[in-house]
Amino acid sequence: MDSMILTLLIFLPVFGAVAMLPAAKIVGKDNPNIFKWIALVITGLQLLLAVVLYMGFDSTLSVSTSPYTVQLDWIKHFNIQYFVGVDGLSMPMVLLTALLSFLSIGISWNITKQPLGYFALFLLLDAGMMGVFLSLDFFLFYVFWEVMLLPMYFLIGMWGGPQRHYAAIKFFLFTLFGSVLMLLGMLALYFYSDPHTFNLITLIQTASSIDATLWGMDMRYLIWFALFIGFAIKVPVFPFHTWLPLAHVEAPTAISVILAGVLLKMGTYGLLRISYPLLPGEVINFAYILAFLGVINILWGAVNAIAQIDMKKMIAYSSVSHMGYVLLGMAAVVSTNDGGAQAGLNGAVMQMFNHGTITAMLFMLVGVIYEKAHHRYIFYPDDYKDPALAGKPGFGGIGAQMPVFTAFVAFAFFAGLGLPALSGFISEALCFIGGFSVFRTLTIIGTLGILLNAVYFLRAYQHVFLGPLNEKYKDYTDMSTMDLAIVVPLAVIVLFLGVYPAPLVDMIAPSLDALIQIIQSAF
Amino acid sequence: MDNSTLFALLILFLPFTAFLYQLFFGKKLGAQTHLVSLGIMGIVLALSLGFFFQLFNHDLTGPILDVSGEWFSTGAFTLELGFYIDKVTIIMLMVVSLISFLVHLYSTAYMKDDPRYSRYFAFLGLFTFSMNGIILSNSLIMMYLFWELVGLSSYLLIGFWFEKNSAANACKKAFLTNRVGDIGMFIGMLLIFFTVGTFSINGITGAVTNGAFEGNMQLLSIAGVLVFMGAVGKSAQFPLHIWLPDAMEGPTPVSALIHAATMVAAGVYMTVRIFPFLTPDALQVVAVIGGITALGAALIAITQMDIKAVLAYSTISQLGYMIMALGVGAYQAGFFHLVTHAMFKACLFLCSGSVIHAMHHSLHHLGDHHTDPQDMGNMGGLKSKMPITYTAMLIATLAISGVPFFSGFLSKDAILAGTLSYYHTYHGWTIFLPIAGFGAAMVTAFYMFRLIFKTFHGKPVKPEIHEHVHESPLAMTAPLIVLSVLSLAVVFTLPQINPLDGHGWFAHAVGNGAHAAGLDIKHVNDGIHHAHHDAMNISLIVATLGILVSSLFYLFKIVNVEKLTSILNLIGLYSLSKNKFYIDAIYNALLYKPFMWFSKLASTIDWDIYDQKIVDGWGWITMKISVKSQEADYNWLDQKIVDGFGRFANYFGNELRTTQSGVVQNYLMGGIVGLVAIILIFQQF
Repeated sequence: MDSMILTLLIFLPVFGAVAMLPAAKIVGKDNPNIFKWIALVITGLQLLLAVVLYMGFDSTLSVSTSPYTVQLDWIKHFNIQYFVGVDGLSMPMVLLTALLSFLSIGISWNITKQPLGYFALFLLLDAGMMGVFLSLDFFLFYVFWEVMLLPMYFLIGMWGGPQRHYAAIKFFLFTLFGSVLMLLGMLALYFYSDPHTFNLITLIQTASSIDATLWGMDMRYLIWFALFIGFAIKVPVFPFHTWLPLAHVEAPTAISVILAGVLLKMGTYGLLRISYPLLPGEVINFAYILAFLGVINILWGAVNAIAQIDMKKMIAYSSVSHMGYVLLGMAAVVSTNDGGAQAGLNGAVMQMFNHGTITAMLFMLVGVIYEKAHHRYIFYPDDYKDPALAGKPGFGGIGAQMPVFTAFVAFAFFAGLGLPALSGFISEALCFIGGFSVFRTLTIIGTLGILLNAVYFLRAYQHVFLGPLNEKYKDYTDMSTMDLAIVVPLAVIVLFLGVYPAPLVDMIAPSLDALIQIIQSAF
Repeated sequence: MDNSTLFALLILFLPFTAFLYQLFFGKKLGAQTHLVSLGIMGIVLALSLGFFFQLFNHDLTGPILDVSGEWFSTGAFTLELGFYIDKVTIIMLMVVSLISFLVHLYSTAYMKDDPRYSRYFAFLGLFTFSMNGIILSNSLIMMYLFWELVGLSSYLLIGFWFEKNSAANACKKAFLTNRVGDIGMFIGMLLIFFTVGTFSINGITGAVTNGAFEGNMQLLSIAGVLVFMGAVGKSAQFPLHIWLPDAMEGPTPVSALIHAATMVAAGVYMTVRIFPFLTPDALQVVAVIGGITALGAALIAITQMDIKAVLAYSTISQLGYMIMALGVGAYQAGFFHLVTHAMFKACLFLCSGSVIHAMHHSLHHLGDHHTDPQDMGNMGGLKSKMPITYTAMLIATLAISGVPFFSGFLSKDAILAGTLSYYHTYHGWTIFLPIAGFGAAMVTAFYMFRLIFKTFHGKPVKPEIHEHVHESPLAMTAPLIVLSVLSLAVVFTLPQINPLDGHGWFAHAVGNGAHAAGLDIKHVNDGIHHAHHDAMNISLIVATLGILVSSLFYLFKIVNVEKLTSILNLIGLYSLSKNKFYIDAIYNALLYKPFMWFSKLASTIDWDIYDQKIVDGWGWITMKISVKSQEADYNWLDQKIVDGFGRFANYFGNELRTTQSGVVQNYLMGGIVGLVAIILIFQQF
């Protein structure tokens, strides 16, 4: 059973997607609800499996000693393997993916447009994400990375908002551009390492001994650079971030949740899983730039979020800002202060998880109000089609009308702005602590984010929920039971990990220690 | 677990259970729901009293409790949380739980008809929980945690009547202004942490004593001032004081509890805690900020017409006193003033609440929804109608004005002695500190009696309103009586009863403080002792002057105030005070507006220019190139390759321009073809 569990995690959704075809034949047109039920059961089982995995997970074991690791030959000629395993870095991501996929099916419950396509593609996306987080063979990783791309493209392009086609193609081209560079980096790693392999564990030993130049440039540096661009687009790191606001605004709610909650983390996960252990020397050389980019992300994302009038776009920019914390924390791995490196790296991975849950809440809650009002404006744009509304507040005073909803939004907003006792605080603080131990001035500039993040959340909260009630919305009912069922688990996790972060830390710390060891020994 | 730890845990978490109860089950008991909160606060008060009696255990010298537990650990990096209880902690706990209890009691009448009655008590519980957390913290990081949580409860309570735009604005302003200070506090904490390796306050003091900053005292000064920035925000010190007057949008009992007696004093409490490792340089900054705040806010209070605005600026001014006291090294005096101020200022606010409540009901009775119940211009002559409120408020006013027999006299006198002694040591510009201190003392006596005379004395300005004003119910007057009794000097000086001598149980319990970063605490206290007599004489004179002038203006009306105002305004003095030195306007023009403009600009750059023009421009260029190359090269390049690339680029451009969904499979196919090609190429290496 142990050795099956990872494979099941990845391929259960594929099975679900495939099973939808005969299901469509059998019950088909009369009962389109069958698809969402299949998707719900499949993702529910996957979540259950992920929890079972977590129960048996021993954070002190490396992937080579873990009972869950599976290593089989796939394309023997090129030494490509089906090599999957779980460690402290991937465990939280697996839990996050399984949880958000399951909840996203709930968020998608009212999808009526071509449900077969939607839920089948969603499950394929789910499989791709799980595969990325569990692969330990670069080629396999790359395959899953690309597998995920296509369903995402269609999910945005077909079920999205008015500009969905434009958003989908932009997302796709940006990511494809990154994929090409990642592919080059991967192949270079393969051909320059001895023996030729895609095995990420073997490459830890061999990649750092690559000694070649191309066009007068150091090969390892080129590989680092290619991989970095590939991953940076996903994070997204400034200046590769402009696909994100557009994709978020246009994507349906559940897809925004997955996009911000899981997909963005693949960028930083890729850096930590592949670039970091394979190219520690380059990490050390590049750390300052990474921290710099992180601070730019924090500030530029936040400043842009303040100017947004669409709540989803605001949250999208807040993601840019929050992922900046991850970059800053990651860069702190070069800290000569041992506690600093640990704080930074643990903070980064915790922030990946916590941002996933918090931002999922944010998007989900905005989805709730959007379903009722069919708009998400904090302020209507100045050139709004109805000139009577242009520049006016989009809502106002909802707090009196929908107290439960408002309470959850307040909870999510305060989590987003890093209130202590909610999970975002501790991870952000750790990123700063780590960053501070190496990049003092940069981090001090970055702490402005503490203020700026509060500005846009409180500004939006004030104009939407406080003030006199906008008469237009006086018939609105509060959250439905379904909405509550989705948001409460997330809120519980955010609160629990905010008060007691130890379980998360214990899950990730040993693996990150090993990673720090690899980097630090390259000095 | 020993009893002290258990009691500390109970004091911390019981208010939180009140919060949870009111949040989830608040509707169950309807109008009686306050009984649960009141009961819980009663228990907390009893537990605090239990600690309080330990103050008189003379064998006790060190802390009663100093425990830590691991919060989480990554191995090399561990964060601990823990309690630290010494006599200062106990006194602070006592102050908070007592006033919290009284405000709960008072609120049962004041908030009676509010539709969100249970939510109000929930927030009060959340506040008391967070405040107790700050008090009990043994480390800066834990303090910071609860620091932000009181910020949350303050936000929620200022915005309690959130339908009012002014309240919605005020709560946001309070939270954001506080965050400015918190950033400083956070950076300061990190600076210290990466030198001494701990967040524990005692640990830091110990490390500083052992010379952790030897040869680098400047760093400690900077770090100390940065941590102190947190107090500048929370205790509404210049230049971050702007949020507190706006915070008066909250219900008046909240103003009394949070924005007068306890939360705003948290900044002072924190400064008391970090006092041992604030270097003399840092302390000088602290003193100056306190001095500016004490005098500046008092000057603003003179011209305010809103009864709560007067008290708000008065609070800022008195907090400035406490901060200034700590800055000049008068540790005991600073903390003493925190405690006496908590009593008399809570009393003043609750009295003002009682007046507003009465005015409100009278206006309600008259069906008048336009007259402002807080405007002193509508009051006058309430003395006969509200005798209990009047007496309590008069006692508290005498206390804040520094009249002998009342608590404020003792604590203020000690602070003034501290500033005098500081001047005697440093000379030069430091004369500003005693000037600010005595000046503010005079102004305070003046504006407080202005408030009393305008509100309670003279003829009613609006007789029809006055007609229907009644004394408040017992639930409201009882706290007033308790707090006014606690504004008497003798409460703090027992067992000795000489009204001019502050040496009693309080002084004995708190002591003179210790210092680890280069301040000669004994020298400071000797200086204070010597300056004590002068300070007392001058402060008696200035207080008398203030009250006298005030009564000439507003009681006997011998001086024509309006004429005097217009004379003063010839050089803009009146406007300057009335408009709060234009500080809000300056921030708005120099910080807020330019920043909002910048943020709009950033958004334009990011989207309209960078993304739409530059990023999408690539698509456009690629398309152009592909079209040209296709035309020119079709005939002589290998047809398949050109076709493949051309089509690829064509799609690329077309998609971006016409925003149509494309045949994405082709790209993937292209990718796989490319991959094979690249593998073949690379195999040559």
